[in-house]
Amino acid sequence: MTIAKVMLVDDEVPFVETMTKRLTKRGLDVASAFSGNEALDALAKNQAVEVVILDVKMPGMDGIDALRELKRRYPLVEVVMLTGHATVESAIEGMKLGAFDYLMKPCDMDVLMGKVQEAAAKKRQHEGKIIEARLKEIATRRV
Amino acid sequence: MPLRENPNQRGQNDEGQRYYRTLTRNMVLTIILVSFIPYVIVTAILLYQFHASHREKVIAHLEGLVKKHKQNIDAFLKEKLGNLSSLAKTFSYEELSNEEFLKNRLEMLQQAYGPFFVDLGVINARGIQISYAGPFQLVKASYGDAGWFKSAMKREYYISDVFSGLRGLPHFIIAVRENWLGDPWILRGTIDFVAFNNLVEQIRIGQTGFAFILNRDGELQTKPSYPVRADHEPYAAILKREKRAEDQVSTFEWTDESGVKSIYVTAFLKGGDWVLVFQQKVSDAFSDFERALRVTMVVLALGLLAILTTAFLLSRRMVGRIANADREKHMMNEQVVETGKLASVGELAAGIAHEINNPVAIMVEEAGWIEDLLEDDDFKDGANLKEFRRALAQIRTQGKRCKEITHKLLSFARKTDERVLEFDIGEVIQDIVALSGQRAKYSNVAVKLNLDNALPKVRLSQAELQQVLLNLINNALDAMEKQGGSLEINSREEDGILVIEVADNGPGIPAANLGRIFDPFFTTKPVGKGTGLGLSICYGIVKKLGGEIEVASTVGVGTTFRIKMPLEKIKAKGSENGKGE
Repeated sequence: MTIAKVMLVDDEVPFVETMTKRLTKRGLDVASAFSGNEALDALAKNQAVEVVILDVKMPGMDGIDALRELKRRYPLVEVVMLTGHATVESAIEGMKLGAFDYLMKPCDMDVLMGKVQEAAAKKRQHEGKIIEARLKEIATRRV
Repeated sequence: MPLRENPNQRGQNDEGQRYYRTLTRNMVLTIILVSFIPYVIVTAILLYQFHASHREKVIAHLEGLVKKHKQNIDAFLKEKLGNLSSLAKTFSYEELSNEEFLKNRLEMLQQAYGPFFVDLGVINARGIQISYAGPFQLVKASYGDAGWFKSAMKREYYISDVFSGLRGLPHFIIAVRENWLGDPWILRGTIDFVAFNNLVEQIRIGQTGFAFILNRDGELQTKPSYPVRADHEPYAAILKREKRAEDQVSTFEWTDESGVKSIYVTAFLKGGDWVLVFQQKVSDAFSDFERALRVTMVVLALGLLAILTTAFLLSRRMVGRIANADREKHMMNEQVVETGKLASVGELAAGIAHEINNPVAIMVEEAGWIEDLLEDDDFKDGANLKEFRRALAQIRTQGKRCKEITHKLLSFARKTDERVLEFDIGEVIQDIVALSGQRAKYSNVAVKLNLDNALPKVRLSQAELQQVLLNLINNALDAMEKQGGSLEINSREEDGILVIEVADNGPGIPAANLGRIFDPFFTTKPVGKGTGLGLSICYGIVKKLGGEIEVASTVGVGTTFRIKMPLEKIKAKGSENGKGE
């Protein structure tokens, strides 16, 4: 099992390509998408993604909209926001909508790795709890 | 921003001066015209009306006077004639030829009517004075050749012109012709010239009004108060007049050779033989009007002077105010342009920051990727591995620097929290100083606060004020980083203006740089240390809050930034003098 299954979403193709290589090298299973819509479509096919690294500023559906939609469809998937311009407002907005954390571009690879692992751990913990609850429910189900 | 004066501006000033001078002149002219014209017209109309009615009144008065006197004189002559006529009819030629009797009659006449008759005489058909009563020795005097005698013999009665005659004194004669036994005889009386003269001479009006009588030939019949050249115009013209109606009084004006204009009122007497002339200089006759005119003119002149003065002063003051308003507007425009410039620079900076940020991120990531690859065994033994690592680290460092710059640019363009809150200035200053405390300690800077606790609470965007103060404090700390020093922050009120000073005793700012320190991107800090936006942001914020930011600096002594904000604008409502504790 890889460290985490992540999806990188950014409209800057070279950025996505390089980051994919670097993250893969660090043992992550990386999928990529170049827009919000593409990311949502890809998520529909690839249910295994645990953490989405999402750029805030994108043409078309921007990061905040994508985050909202993503959280609505897949509430357990964790999102790390990534942006070129850090404004308190968009950070607060992102956090309110359930983003795991917020990072500024260009970010330190080690910091990003740390965040992704934390996010993945959180997701796995949530899933574990849900499975546990279901098992409990099944086990205690009265016939 | 310091304003640099250039020749172009001076040219504009000249043009402005000319514009304001023209404006002043136009205003003065307008005020003068608008006030002068009705003023002068009304005065002229009133004066004309007054002149006309006054003239009418004066002339009516003079005509009435002349008419009355003409009637008086005519009545006088008629009465004297009547006296003689009744004497001649009542008494016979023989009775009257008796000198004693005649003397008796004369005395009775003088007693009854006053001393008008000087003497009486009875003259026979041959012109010999048969008897005489009077002060002269004229018995047996012969009047056979005298003009008056010839004229008198032709008529029932006769009144002569004034002449000197045998006695050598001016007098005139009233003669009545009667018949005695078929022969005509004449009773003659001499009228006292002085007494008669008085009748006319007493017609005196004003300074120059006097009257006299002329006969048909233009000879003076009375002694005028002033010399009259009876043979000159306009007297000849009066005498030539054909209409000699008894009750006609005519009035005209005439200007003599010396340019003196007089008014003449004439009336014919004695059946048209004599003419009573009253003359008065116009200036005297209408002296009331002249006086009124003089007073009016003085008042008019004073009024015009007042209008002139007012027009000048008012226009000058108005134009002065307009000029001030224009100047303020001009300055405001400059400020607006300045703020606009800052705003557009901010937008541009934000755009650039966004655009640069992504490529920089990619570059850094690519460098990171190479670093990752260097970890692989293939490269482990590379001769230049160390050098590669150093270069990649450098790329990462510089990338971070770019990031810092773009983030500052973005914050320059970004809207700060503009929510207006009520707060205490002193508390905000203390908060900011507390935040900077750690840095100050490292830089070996002693921070000293002189805060006026009595300052009223203010209504401002707290975030903006914090930003301004933090920028100023950071600059001061940067300046004193090397050698340490002291930072003083003062707040106080000066004539309704809130003053906040941030003063350091650092190296100071060279005069050449002082004018540019508020310009965006102007910095003297080492490359990579400053963006040149801090003070520009401060300037923009303070101006927006309606205040001013000033800098005073001396090289080697220190720098003081002074923020001035009118308390009137920023004072919190219901906070007259803040809290005392």
